[in-house]
Amino acid sequence: MATAGLHDSELGELQRRLIILRVGLLLVVALLGLQLWYLQIREGPYYRDLSENNRTRSVIMEPARGLIYDRNGVLLANNVPSFTLYVSLEEVQDRDLLIDQLSNLLGLDAALVRNKLTARGNKQLPRKVKDRLTLREATLVESHRLDLPGVMVQVESQRNYPGGATASHLLGYVGEVSPEQLEKPEFADLHQGSIVGQYGVEKFFDRLVRGQAGQKSIEVDAVGHEKRTVVVEQPHAGDNLYLTIDVRLQKVAENLLGEESGAIVALDPRTGDVLAMASRPGFDPNILSRELTPKQWAEIVQDEGRPLNNRASQGQYPPSSIFKVMMAAAALETKTVTPSTSIYCNGGYQFGRRVYHDWKAGGHGSMDLRHALVQSCDVYFYTVGQRMGIETIASFAHQFGLGEETGIELPSERVGIVPSEAWKQKAKNEAWLPGETISASIGQGYVSVTPLQMASLIGTVANDGVTFRPRLVQAVMDRATGELQQRAAVPKRTLKLRPEILPLIKEALAGVVKEGTGTRAQSALVTIAGKTGTAQTMALRTGPKKDIPKKFRDHAWFVAFAPVEAPTIAVAVLAEHMGHGGSASAPLAKELIETYVKLDLPAPSGVIAGAVAREGDAGGRDRDDRPGD
Amino acid sequence: MPEEGTEMIDRVINSRGFDNFDFRYIGLIFVILGIGVLSIYSVTHDQGVAFPFYAKQIVWIALGTVAFLVMWLSDYHRIARLAYPAYAIILILLVVVLFEGKSSRGAQRWIPMGPFAFQPSEFAKLILILTLAHYYSEAPRVGWLQRVVLPGLLVLPGLLLILKQPDLGSGLSFVAVYAAMLLMVGMRSKALGVILLFSLMLFPFAWEMMWGSLHDYQRQRIMTFVDPVYDPGGKGYHALQSRIAIGAGELTGKGLYGGTQSQLKFLPEGHTDFVFSVFAEEWGFLGVLALLLLFVGLIWLSLEIVARAKDQLGALLAVGIICMLCFCVVINIGMTAGMFPIVGIPLPLMSYGGSATIMTMASLGLLLNVKRRRLSFF
Repeated sequence: MATAGLHDSELGELQRRLIILRVGLLLVVALLGLQLWYLQIREGPYYRDLSENNRTRSVIMEPARGLIYDRNGVLLANNVPSFTLYVSLEEVQDRDLLIDQLSNLLGLDAALVRNKLTARGNKQLPRKVKDRLTLREATLVESHRLDLPGVMVQVESQRNYPGGATASHLLGYVGEVSPEQLEKPEFADLHQGSIVGQYGVEKFFDRLVRGQAGQKSIEVDAVGHEKRTVVVEQPHAGDNLYLTIDVRLQKVAENLLGEESGAIVALDPRTGDVLAMASRPGFDPNILSRELTPKQWAEIVQDEGRPLNNRASQGQYPPSSIFKVMMAAAALETKTVTPSTSIYCNGGYQFGRRVYHDWKAGGHGSMDLRHALVQSCDVYFYTVGQRMGIETIASFAHQFGLGEETGIELPSERVGIVPSEAWKQKAKNEAWLPGETISASIGQGYVSVTPLQMASLIGTVANDGVTFRPRLVQAVMDRATGELQQRAAVPKRTLKLRPEILPLIKEALAGVVKEGTGTRAQSALVTIAGKTGTAQTMALRTGPKKDIPKKFRDHAWFVAFAPVEAPTIAVAVLAEHMGHGGSASAPLAKELIETYVKLDLPAPSGVIAGAVAREGDAGGRDRDDRPGD
Repeated sequence: MPEEGTEMIDRVINSRGFDNFDFRYIGLIFVILGIGVLSIYSVTHDQGVAFPFYAKQIVWIALGTVAFLVMWLSDYHRIARLAYPAYAIILILLVVVLFEGKSSRGAQRWIPMGPFAFQPSEFAKLILILTLAHYYSEAPRVGWLQRVVLPGLLVLPGLLLILKQPDLGSGLSFVAVYAAMLLMVGMRSKALGVILLFSLMLFPFAWEMMWGSLHDYQRQRIMTFVDPVYDPGGKGYHALQSRIAIGAGELTGKGLYGGTQSQLKFLPEGHTDFVFSVFAEEWGFLGVLALLLLFVGLIWLSLEIVARAKDQLGALLAVGIICMLCFCVVINIGMTAGMFPIVGIPLPLMSYGGSATIMTMASLGLLLNVKRRRLSFF
């Protein structure tokens, strides 16, 4: 046991060293206790907050947008259920991995997903990554849920336009609120991924249609399974809109234009109600409401036909001979001419060294005002324009609503140009040339207007001088209360003309269709009054008249109202590069008016009492001496 | 027959059965085991399988109790004589696990055995203690070569095989056991031993300060290098969720089943490596203090056993087991509380796991065996 003895001396040494272990143990345990005290007592409330946030997840409940109907209750825009992919940033464990997984699983562009996840904004709200998932994609994500922490698929309502491209420019489309929009105060209560109207009525009435998002606070586990809904703030659906358009008339208007570029506007002159507003080419708002790739966007924006341009309210064209309607009223009001004043047209108007031609070679001969309108004699209006001067022309043009917004409830309406000396000085920093007054007199030169302005102008004439602001939405229904609120027609202005002037002009416009340049608008169903216009493009005036490429050809105008005796519809047709208004546009206006007559719409409600009374009077009087054609 | 005589006397001395010490010692062990089962139950009670983790853990504890009794009531000298062959077998198993083992979370640590899996690296810890204790006590070891280098070479193959899996936690325990043994008996100079032992114990805390001064990406690189198993995202998710769980417990805790971190599975591995966080969230700082006291009490009693050990083998076995236990408790709690990086070390007696539970209970049985044999004759 000798070795044992040696060992025992070492045993004693070992046991003496135990004190080190005891002290060390207490020291280490004390340090642990200190750390735990720090975590649980000093920082305890902080970590408790974190744990509360950990288990509850805020989920935005997107509101259903308001529905949009036409005047007869035909559905134009509704919502359909669809799957939306969200990512809750706080639960993502490995962002790069997740971006890879999502782009592989759903074939998404990785950079796009990254943008969505890293965009600025509230990190506690889930980020919308993709909407309109197919059922297959949604199932794919759900089945990989355990591998995709933070990813969730929600059923949401998506905007849907059952009519496809019908009334696309009017309805507009929706899209995610852009980062730039989010900075603006009117979008303050929105968040990344919110859907807002981006065009048309959807945009203009977005505040009403948008509704209010709700919020769910749900307790979730680490893989995102909902355990319990803690608080619910229900979303409020947006208001429903009832438009003034009749979708049947709208479709006819669109089909009349067909593949050609152009616009057709039909108003009810008694109220300003927009009955139809077509612009071609159009687009399918269902496609634009989806998230487009930059390439798809570029294709649409760079399309030569500019389908996103609402030619009715944004297209600006020379009014050409339509301008003569206003010129005639101005000439009579200023007593520049009387109805019987005769001016001889030999086919040209000499001013200085230049001769301004009439559209009819050889001229119309001796013309009074009525014949000058019926034949659309240029020389007559060169003469009266020259006598009145540009300032008088401009002031009457303004009275007829040119050079200003009609006030239609659509975004980005254009106003056109009413030239004057001051305008030219400001716009071009040049003095007005006397010869320019002559061009302006027949609605060429600097003058430009929108088809909507022309419809409003002819409607004003039809409505005996009272202009109504074009109205697109006749009623709004609050979805919470079910309350239907009618929107009144808004009279905008009354022309300051002597009372005998407009009947004279209306009679002359009826003559245009009966015996003048607009005979192709004659209808067996209804009496129509109108005015043709052939707007020359800049290129044409210097070029030869034959073999002109289409894009340099004249724009064809026709404005009309019907029935002549008691007008209920005012129409403006503009067909781009289609040549003469009388041959290209007048038949379209006729078709549209006949369709309208066949529809036999009930008299508008909410019409201002005075307007109704006047309509009744005028109708009674005119019916008596209706010409039998 | 002197051998038989010794055993007879021994049996007579111990015929009283449990003494008060044994009662307290075993009582502490089962209280901690019970707390462990309760915490595992809290996390996994809604698991929805026929045989959930808490039920399995009770089975492991039953098997562990058998191991405890076997290790307690056998002669530890005999057990120690089996150390070298056992070490050889465990080395073979560690090689086997590298080729045939079951992978989980990127590490290959388990040998499948029917419905269960056997983790050789857990048992390797106890066998290493036996081997080193046997080495030092079988003959007087003199000189640096015999006291430090040779035992180091003994440890090395096991260590390398474990790190290859990779299992950083078990590897560190291996090094810790070797270092503790070395300092308790290997080092002649007492002063040097004191300094080294303290620095070893305080190293984790120094590490924390150093670790804390690093940037996230630097830590991530280091951790991906040493142990890619945890925190695959490299964003500190596990560590953060664990700190939140512990901190959210505050003074009195959220109550049983009240821990949202664990109930809603934000906290991963709540029944294994992070069982302490589950307990801390549900029972708060007061519960944590009580648990620490239980562990300290158990280790204090164990140190008593060393102090009263009658031979060097017994003392060395006891010291090795105590150091391993301390190391695992401190590192596990430290890592869940965010003081150290996350390495895979289970909390002894509390974390779910068959191999670890059986091994820990066997070790504690062997420890009590040393006390029982304190009156052995030579």
